[in-house]
Amino acid sequence: MKKTTSHQGPEVITSFYGNMADVGKTPVARNEKTNSEFGYVGIDAILEQMRRKAMKQGFEFNIMVVGQSGLGKSTLMNTLFKSKVSRRSLMTTEEDRIPKTIEIKSISHDIEEKGVRMKLTVIDTPGFGDQINNENCWQPIMKFINAQYEQYLQEEINIERKKRIPDSRVHCCIYFIPPTGHCLRPIDIEFMRHLSKVVNIVPVIAKADTLTLEERDFFKQKIRVDLRANEIDVYPQKEFDEDAEDRIVNEKIREMIPFAVVGSDQEYQVNGKRLLGRKTRWGIVEVENTAHCEFAYLRDLLIRTHMQNIKDITSSIHYEMYRVRRLNENNTQPNGQTAIHANSVPEHEVLSHEM
Amino acid sequence: GFKTWKSSFACLISVKKNEEKRNLSLGGHVGFDSLPDQLVSKSVTQGFCFNILCVGETGIGKSTLMNTLFNTMFENEEASHYQNGVYLRPRTYDLQESNVHLKLTIVDTVGFGDQINKEESYKPIVDYIDTQFENYLQEELKIKRSLFNYHDTRIHICLYFISPTGHSLKSLDLVTMKKLDSKVNIIPIIAKADTISKSELHKFKIKIMSELVSNGVQIYQFPTDDEAVTEINSSMNAHLPFAVVGSVEEVKVGNKAVRARQYPWGVVQVENESHCDFVKLREMLIRVNMEDLREQTHARHYELYRRCKLEEMGFKDTDPDSQPFSLQETYEAKRKEFLGDLQRKEEEMRQLFVNKVKETEGELKEKERELHEKFEQLKRMHQEEKRKVEEKRRELEEEMNAFNRRKVAAETLSLSQPLKKDKDKKK
Repeated sequence: MKKTTSHQGPEVITSFYGNMADVGKTPVARNEKTNSEFGYVGIDAILEQMRRKAMKQGFEFNIMVVGQSGLGKSTLMNTLFKSKVSRRSLMTTEEDRIPKTIEIKSISHDIEEKGVRMKLTVIDTPGFGDQINNENCWQPIMKFINAQYEQYLQEEINIERKKRIPDSRVHCCIYFIPPTGHCLRPIDIEFMRHLSKVVNIVPVIAKADTLTLEERDFFKQKIRVDLRANEIDVYPQKEFDEDAEDRIVNEKIREMIPFAVVGSDQEYQVNGKRLLGRKTRWGIVEVENTAHCEFAYLRDLLIRTHMQNIKDITSSIHYEMYRVRRLNENNTQPNGQTAIHANSVPEHEVLSHEM
Repeated sequence: GFKTWKSSFACLISVKKNEEKRNLSLGGHVGFDSLPDQLVSKSVTQGFCFNILCVGETGIGKSTLMNTLFNTMFENEEASHYQNGVYLRPRTYDLQESNVHLKLTIVDTVGFGDQINKEESYKPIVDYIDTQFENYLQEELKIKRSLFNYHDTRIHICLYFISPTGHSLKSLDLVTMKKLDSKVNIIPIIAKADTISKSELHKFKIKIMSELVSNGVQIYQFPTDDEAVTEINSSMNAHLPFAVVGSVEEVKVGNKAVRARQYPWGVVQVENESHCDFVKLREMLIRVNMEDLREQTHARHYELYRRCKLEEMGFKDTDPDSQPFSLQETYEAKRKEFLGDLQRKEEEMRQLFVNKVKETEGELKEKERELHEKFEQLKRMHQEEKRKVEEKRRELEEEMNAFNRRKVAAETLSLSQPLKKDKDKKK
């Protein structure tokens, strides 16, 4: 098929480490459909049609934060989405206590940017790691994640099903590592080992402004060694790299993980500009300055370049694995009774390891 | 079962339900406005599928129109008019334009309208459409499935070619379209429109549309709910059915080469909107609504097929107590049923085999008995013979003995007698 048109496809963000300045994207103005252009069929117009459809439908994104209290989880969420998205911001004072057991609380927001609408759900896990005995602290969280998969599966196997199944599956779980500077603690390893099998985990070093750059690098290296030693696959997982191009981009990311972040919702005047930062007596830590911390890299990964990919891995890999497990377990039941074991973790733990 | 699961999550679910959903204004540029681009970029990598079904009589111009639409010479031998049935011929092509890869499948209905008895003509078409739905459903129901790599062959659009008689629809057309309208998006087009004059065409179009409406045939409506395309789509809806002309030959008009059909009395230009509706068709089918066609196929026609099929297979969403059924429970039940059937059949076969064996055994035994009898009989005969012979021998022996005795007696007598005689002589 002759193709003589000179028009560009939509701009595609492939470079991850481009300028960290705002990569504000306006939809590329589509070239006029010149009928006189012999040979132009118009197949590529489907991209514009897809974009229109997506804009109309809106997007959903579900992000979970896990870590002990005091690590700045809420602040980081607020910084990421530049608004008070965390539950904490809406709480009244009496709720500010550490719960006796792990609770799972989610809150949704409708946000919009340049015509793109998104339903953002932030899932908080207060109480994690705060108990004296933290054994099996990962279980309620695993239960919750599996329950979302279960809910989606039930919808999907209905005979009369909704046009768009509401997606409450956890797309991404940010795990906060306290900035000890040494290595991962047993609770960190336990949690990530179990959960990395069912959800995309993005580990971050919280409150990274307490580490010098050398301490930070050393800590990161130790963490990466620990992760490898325990066979913990965090996002972006090596085995899901699609092609060589993907691998190059993702390798760069894997070399930086875990991101050392600082969060803030306060703005300060720095060099004539208003910037988000943390003011200390020895200076202002600029959150979005990559020389100070890696918040910008985290934001770009989660939101600007890999958000769709994170959702895709959740739906086409983690969810499918859950579904396979679930459907297989029904077939191996000795009796016809299906006790829905979606949430009872011990049996599943065995099965998931068998995979 | 489901109840316990549900109750154990009541607290979590209720928390979720109580979640506040708020419209939040952002304090700066976050960056998720790049999401549509991310989505499009992923689709570009994956590539797209589009499947067109062309229904129309042999020679009506289906292949030519496809070549013209996609500006490609798809390989096509002319079809014969002597097929004894309708059969569907799908052909898949890989097309590319800028960075978009399209896997295009064109399905031709060979032999449509050629038979003398056309009552069953629509069946192969409906069957083909259903088969594609079935294949997708099978993939969707698999345990280990890969829907994201699946080559989707479901028909996204059916172009129905109407003969340019100028009068009305043929009853074959009405019947066929009626059978197809709940299974596929239909766009009716008037083929070889250069054989109709403008005024006749106008009347023809009105007649066709009113016949479709009065027969309850649902054709595809270009969607008007998205403001970006409401205007163009609603104006195009009014031009249905599109009167098209196809051609891949170039004719020089003025100083340009255009695709056209050259007649002694003039040149019909394919891309001239005052000559025919080809441009409108291309605009609607490809440049504006391709994605909507794919979406309608999946969200409406496929869902309907799936619902009917699952219900037919005996699945339900709720059982008599209106507790939601797990599809898996029903699967399990069906599987048990099937295994039970299998077992029963096995049993039956075994029984049959045993019976046959018994039968043959019986026959063999019978034969054996017969043989035995015969043997006994022969033996008896032989014994009888032997006895007779024995008896004869004895008789003979007796005779011999009797004779010998007489002989001896006679000899003894003759011995004593001769002495007497000699005495007489000596005197």
